[in-house]
Amino acid sequence: MVNGKKLVVSASPHLRTKDTTTKIMLDVIIALLPALGASTAIFGPRVLAVTATTVISAVLSEYVARKVMKRHNTIKDLSAVVTGLILAFNLPVSIPLWMAAIGSFFAIVVVKQFFGGIGQNFANPAIAARIFLLISFGQAMGNWTAPLAWKNAEAVSSATPLAILGSESAEAMPSLFNMLIGVRGGSLGETCSIALVLGGIYLIARKVISPKIPVAYIGTVAVVMLIAGKFDLEFLAYQLMGGGLLLGAFFMATDYSTSPIKSNAKIVFGIGCGLITCVIRLFGSLPEGVSFAILIMNLLVPHIETIMAPKPFGTVKEKKSKAKEGEAK
Amino acid sequence: MAKTGFDGVLQAVRKVRGGVKVDHHKNTAEKEVERLPVPSKVVIPMQQHIGAPCDPVVKVGDIVAVGQLIGDSDKYVSAPIHASVSGKVTAVGDVKLPNGVMSKAVTIESDGEMRLWEGITPPEVKTREDLIKAVRNSGLVGLGGAGFPTHVKLNFPADKNIDTLVINAAECEPFITVDYRECMENSWDILSGVYLLKDLLGFKQVIIAVEDNKPDAFKVLKNIADHSEDVHDEVKLMVLESKYPQGAEKMMVQSATGRKVPPGKLPADVGCVVMNVASVAFIARYIKTGKPLVSRSLTVDGSAIASPKNVRVPVGTNIGDIIEFCGGFKEEPCKILTGGPMMGLAIVGTDLPVLKQNNALLAFSKNDAVLKNETDCIRCGRCAIACPMSLMPTNIVRAAKAKDAAALNQLGTMVCMECGSCAFACPAGKPLVQHMRLAKAIIREEGNK
Repeated sequence: MVNGKKLVVSASPHLRTKDTTTKIMLDVIIALLPALGASTAIFGPRVLAVTATTVISAVLSEYVARKVMKRHNTIKDLSAVVTGLILAFNLPVSIPLWMAAIGSFFAIVVVKQFFGGIGQNFANPAIAARIFLLISFGQAMGNWTAPLAWKNAEAVSSATPLAILGSESAEAMPSLFNMLIGVRGGSLGETCSIALVLGGIYLIARKVISPKIPVAYIGTVAVVMLIAGKFDLEFLAYQLMGGGLLLGAFFMATDYSTSPIKSNAKIVFGIGCGLITCVIRLFGSLPEGVSFAILIMNLLVPHIETIMAPKPFGTVKEKKSKAKEGEAK
Repeated sequence: MAKTGFDGVLQAVRKVRGGVKVDHHKNTAEKEVERLPVPSKVVIPMQQHIGAPCDPVVKVGDIVAVGQLIGDSDKYVSAPIHASVSGKVTAVGDVKLPNGVMSKAVTIESDGEMRLWEGITPPEVKTREDLIKAVRNSGLVGLGGAGFPTHVKLNFPADKNIDTLVINAAECEPFITVDYRECMENSWDILSGVYLLKDLLGFKQVIIAVEDNKPDAFKVLKNIADHSEDVHDEVKLMVLESKYPQGAEKMMVQSATGRKVPPGKLPADVGCVVMNVASVAFIARYIKTGKPLVSRSLTVDGSAIASPKNVRVPVGTNIGDIIEFCGGFKEEPCKILTGGPMMGLAIVGTDLPVLKQNNALLAFSKNDAVLKNETDCIRCGRCAIACPMSLMPTNIVRAAKAKDAAALNQLGTMVCMECGSCAFACPAGKPLVQHMRLAKAIIREEGNK
């Protein structure tokens, strides 16, 4: 008591970082904006309609789900906005809006809130929702619109570069330059490599994500594809810029809730994502494997973390002495 | 051996992992230590150290002088307590310490004269045993904040093979500048303390550690390390990157020697003794004058303090008197701390005595004292990145909620030194240190079953 007023008494430390969950999520949103802009230029204004649908329905689902479950409101942390944005990036631009809304509902309610909300979900909500939609509405999810087609009167459909690469299709591959700037078929947010890498670098610079997962992931894919393509650099470039690799590596595999915390476990996680992606792309019946790879690795995170648990400071490795004891017995 | 950089200054052998960058707020760095006018009354608790409390050896009505013994214990881990003002003992009873624990205390009404006790004579120190006895009689406890009796720390068994003395001038806690002032104002004491300890205790090397945000202290300490008395070049200066908690004991040992203190062990178990720079200077002064530990320097700062200062105060002075001396409050105080903002203790009021180990008194107005809004953990892992002990605070919190003592042990909970880096870094505003303390309590409870 000082001058009759009670003092605040709390546990140390009495200084706290100014960062909050909301600020972190805002950084992720900022990092996604270049890709959203590029996508709008490539696939037309419908991109914005799809994105608005997923974002609004994600936030709404979060609000209602928390209300029904009698939990405190969490929409202010902006994580639902991030989920909505990333889900939109995983959808073809032609998807009916009601399907997109169902995807958001599934991501937020089933994958995230049923397991306890932010930080508790075992799988990336956007990825799980993308796979859910893929299984439920296979045709709509595989209907790829040709880039820049919105400027013409008639919408043309096109195949994705990886699909062309994997089949004997006669369709011409987009040039490497077009791959770089995103003028190719594919999900609406995955095509513009430059914008995605820019966003990823922003997140790394802001220390929102560690570079370990994206580097291990993309690095693994690069090494495997280099060997699989018999050192054909053009094949390698298409593999790295094609599909959802960059979007997945920078924005989805790095999701806090569903990736390991410790650095070496992050590297193992990234390598695992890379290997599974390559196996699916090279041997699977699907042309693309990023979402399945990340989903499978999400499920393995608890095991990776248990096996690779860090040793507390100063702990002496006891393996050898224990092994010797075992021999003695 | 540590790497030697330019002109013989050492760099950390093995850098400390984790930690956090905290704003330094060393506002009082250039403020010379002022002496507090003699307080009218001091309340001297009998528990101002880690270990057994002392029993009062004076009774109500006794006339005491500065430096006279007023409390002692026959237990080994303890430090005697001396009168810090001259005057009359008016009460011997229980008081509440800043941490809420009750302790016996001796209240002395000051006569304002600060008369020295006639029994004070400089001790004769020729051997290691003399030194340890003298340090015990001086009542010295670690002045860095923990308050561990120094004579216990120095009385390591000869067969322990202790080769290194690390002198801690890092002062990594924000706001606090008393160790820095000690370097600037009492460099001769530090110098003679360093060589005295080295010669009598037989250290093979002495490493003085300072953070790179104190260039003036660096110059002073460099002169000490380069002094002509150091014929075999055994005293060296080490400069560390300024980050928190660089000055923690285990971190100091790691930076200076690359050795890691195992869980539950002390620096002595890896051949090191770590001492605060002010403690070293005090030992030199005590051996010169024989005046025991009866006063100490404090940094008084924070947004609610009218004129922040470094002040030398008698032990047991009322905290309210000290704040009054620093111009009182310029704003309504909302939180008052003893110690630094990272590990300091929030106190319930100003009617409390200053203890030997207190190194700062910080008062914050409302803007700096509001608690951070707590949101859900997002598993961002910043706590684990910040932890200098390689712990996983999130997992420990989860195991603590489940009251799973076995899992808590497995996760190394007891290694936590409560430095607060995790809680500082947490964007969700989790009170992680509080969770850590609860987790430790669960382990202790399980151990007592």
